[in-house]
Amino acid sequence: MCDGRVTRYHLAQLNVGTARDATDSPVMAGFMAGIEPVNALADTAPGFVWRLEDGDGPGATALRPAGPDLMVNLSVWETLAALRDFVYRNGPHLDYMRRRREWFQPMPEQHLVLWWVPAGHIPSLGEALSRLELLRRNGPSPLAFTFREPYDPPAEPAAPMPARQQPARLPR
Amino acid sequence: MGEISVLAVLADPVRRRLYDYVTEQPHGISRSEAAQAVGIQRTLAAFHLDRLAEAGLVDVTFRRPPGRSGPGAGRPAKLYQRAAAEYQVSMPPRDYRGAAELLADVVDMTGAEPQLQRAARSRGAAAGRAVRRQAPEAPEQPEAELVTGALSAQGYQPYRDGTDIRLRNCPFHVLASRHPPLICGMNLALVEGLLAGASVTTLTAVLDPRPLDCCVALRGPAESKTNSG
Repeated sequence: MCDGRVTRYHLAQLNVGTARDATDSPVMAGFMAGIEPVNALADTAPGFVWRLEDGDGPGATALRPAGPDLMVNLSVWETLAALRDFVYRNGPHLDYMRRRREWFQPMPEQHLVLWWVPAGHIPSLGEALSRLELLRRNGPSPLAFTFREPYDPPAEPAAPMPARQQPARLPR
Repeated sequence: MGEISVLAVLADPVRRRLYDYVTEQPHGISRSEAAQAVGIQRTLAAFHLDRLAEAGLVDVTFRRPPGRSGPGAGRPAKLYQRAAAEYQVSMPPRDYRGAAELLADVVDMTGAEPQLQRAARSRGAAAGRAVRRQAPEAPEQPEAELVTGALSAQGYQPYRDGTDIRLRNCPFHVLASRHPPLICGMNLALVEGLLAGASVTTLTAVLDPRPLDCCVALRGPAESKTNSG
């Protein structure tokens, strides 16, 4: 991966949060105002591949696939390092995350899950939620993990070994 | 090398001065630069720098001077810079880091970030007031100087970057890499509190993470208006 080849696996991430109020309430105004600029930063961040949009609200804010209050954020990145750099090393995004308790309720369960997808695969919300379920049920594993306990992508299929040249045996 | 043996390498006062100088610089430092800064011979500096590197207290990189390549360019210069590793020694053994990680987990779980930020702000304010009290003799002292001194005392290793002040060291590094929004938010509140406590009005604390630096930076008057974060 470090040699610049096209990688066979990309990293998918799902993040869920229970909003403190309806998206049009004053409580959520700061969050809603940040969605578009922060998403624009993501779209141009190194290693960004794809993120879910619903076409109704800014970003994916109108989607409620798992209950009326649960908001989702689903995206794909080239590498774990690229996602980590955006999430934790990008000033405006870090500042946005710092303020998350103004807008989202604390969650005793895992609210972020990472997993590897074949490059080019766009994960569905169903797939993403089942990975979160897996993480919550079994803890981190290669199929569903976290920033704190990451796993490498699946091993690359082994390249066919070149046929070994046998030195010709000369009859004496 | 055990942690105590590593720290024993710093017992030599000349070596300690070299260590302090190198780790405060934003980039790798050559033997000659280090020798000049500390006021010793280049060969002596080289000896001590290599002891620091062996102990893992500084990292070594090699770089050719810009504009020189190919045969005849000479050997690449050996540069020394702050190591990523950190050492902590306590006698008898104490584990405040483990306790801090557990407490951070609980703050995450219960969503107590606003309370943590409030506590950090008042702790910073107390440090800021103390600095202000100690400096009544020099009312003409520039605010930036006052702040730099206070931040140094807290372990941040501040340095000037134009009208901004940036922080070379994150005193909470291990915790911050485990809980970035939590600890960076706490850090920001600490520095905001410090500025308020010291009645400093020309600097604004913002989150502006950069590799190697603390995630908090202090914006000087010229740039504070253009920053949205």
